[in-house]
Amino acid sequence: MAPTVREASADQAEFLDELLAAGLLLDSGVPGVYGHDETFEDVRERLADRLSAEAAQRGAQRLRFPPVLPRRQLESSGYLSSFPHLAGNVYAFDGDEGAAQRQSERAAAHEDWSEFQQPTELSMMPAACYPVYPAIARRGRLPEGGVFVDAGGAWVFRHEPSHDPMRRQIFHQHELVRIGEPDAVLEWRDEWANRGLEILRGLGLPAELDVANDPFFGRRGRMLARNQQADKLKLELLVPIAGPEPTACASFNHHRDHFGSTYGLELADGSTAHTACLGFGHERIVLAMLRIHGLDPARWPVSVRAQLWPQKGRDERVEHD
Amino acid sequence: MSSDETVADIRGVLAEQARLPVDPGSLGVDEDLFGAGMTSHASVNVMLALEDRFDIEFPDAMLTRDAFSSIGAIASAVSSLKAETPAG
Repeated sequence: MAPTVREASADQAEFLDELLAAGLLLDSGVPGVYGHDETFEDVRERLADRLSAEAAQRGAQRLRFPPVLPRRQLESSGYLSSFPHLAGNVYAFDGDEGAAQRQSERAAAHEDWSEFQQPTELSMMPAACYPVYPAIARRGRLPEGGVFVDAGGAWVFRHEPSHDPMRRQIFHQHELVRIGEPDAVLEWRDEWANRGLEILRGLGLPAELDVANDPFFGRRGRMLARNQQADKLKLELLVPIAGPEPTACASFNHHRDHFGSTYGLELADGSTAHTACLGFGHERIVLAMLRIHGLDPARWPVSVRAQLWPQKGRDERVEHD
Repeated sequence: MSSDETVADIRGVLAEQARLPVDPGSLGVDEDLFGAGMTSHASVNVMLALEDRFDIEFPDAMLTRDAFSSIGAIASAVSSLKAETPAG
């Protein structure tokens, strides 16, 4: 299948060229799939540590999951109804030796070999919070006060190939998840939206908080998007990086009882829990910093470096100057 | 079709699709369906079922929360679309 590739604006294309030329991004040949060099990864890992430290200070427990989701969970989550265009599944060979031979020949000639492939029980991870809900539900009723989970910067997949360097098919989404009483969950979401704004502004990014909606599919999706906007269920931190619109670098999502009822998450009194999640896009935040402060993090302003390298920021700056 | 029949049909669609914790027959025509427990996803299923039931298509501008917020709002949306459709 040759999917439609979203075009980049002139400044997005230019930014991508600069990132590749500087070696910060490593081209795979597939739009929206890039490796990172050590400089990029150092910033991204520092950002991940900073976010996890903020969460740990406020009582988060760390859970980590692989970047694949059991297909049955994708099927029962409603994702295929809301985002059929973004989902990806893992397929694998199913056949005898003759089929293997024909598959190999067709693949070597870059012809269609999909008839030899069958869906496995795995899907690509669509959002880093998805494995958290059933894992917590399996523990039984929630403790008093609910739970706060730091799911870390996990790889997630969205099938939306693009030449815009900010729109990846696979990227690190750092999710924090809150499961608990309805009022407490909403309060937590709003409190973290403001904390997120402070964190990004502390990194020298001109972030703004705004009401947003998910990219739901089709006519059904247009109505879901408007409902989501009207209920202010999704907030985003937007940063102008390149292109006609600012880029969403973090989102703060209130699910009400959607996941609570889907996965049987129960409060201590047996009623259905509410959930909220925050997603920080590691790569987008790093790209925003590279765009705004320059492609060499060693030369970033001391105040910005101090946010990510708390002890060493000042000393390193002196060395490089 | 009289407006009474339309309202009865809308209640029927709500009973099948709205997943309300109450019987849609007991709701007043002006009562807020979202307040009564209809979720966003359920409202979309209601919209699609109404299109099937009345053989209409809601234009993009009508795919809003307000248009599906009460039985009365749905009835007026359905009536305005049926008035545009030639009988047949």
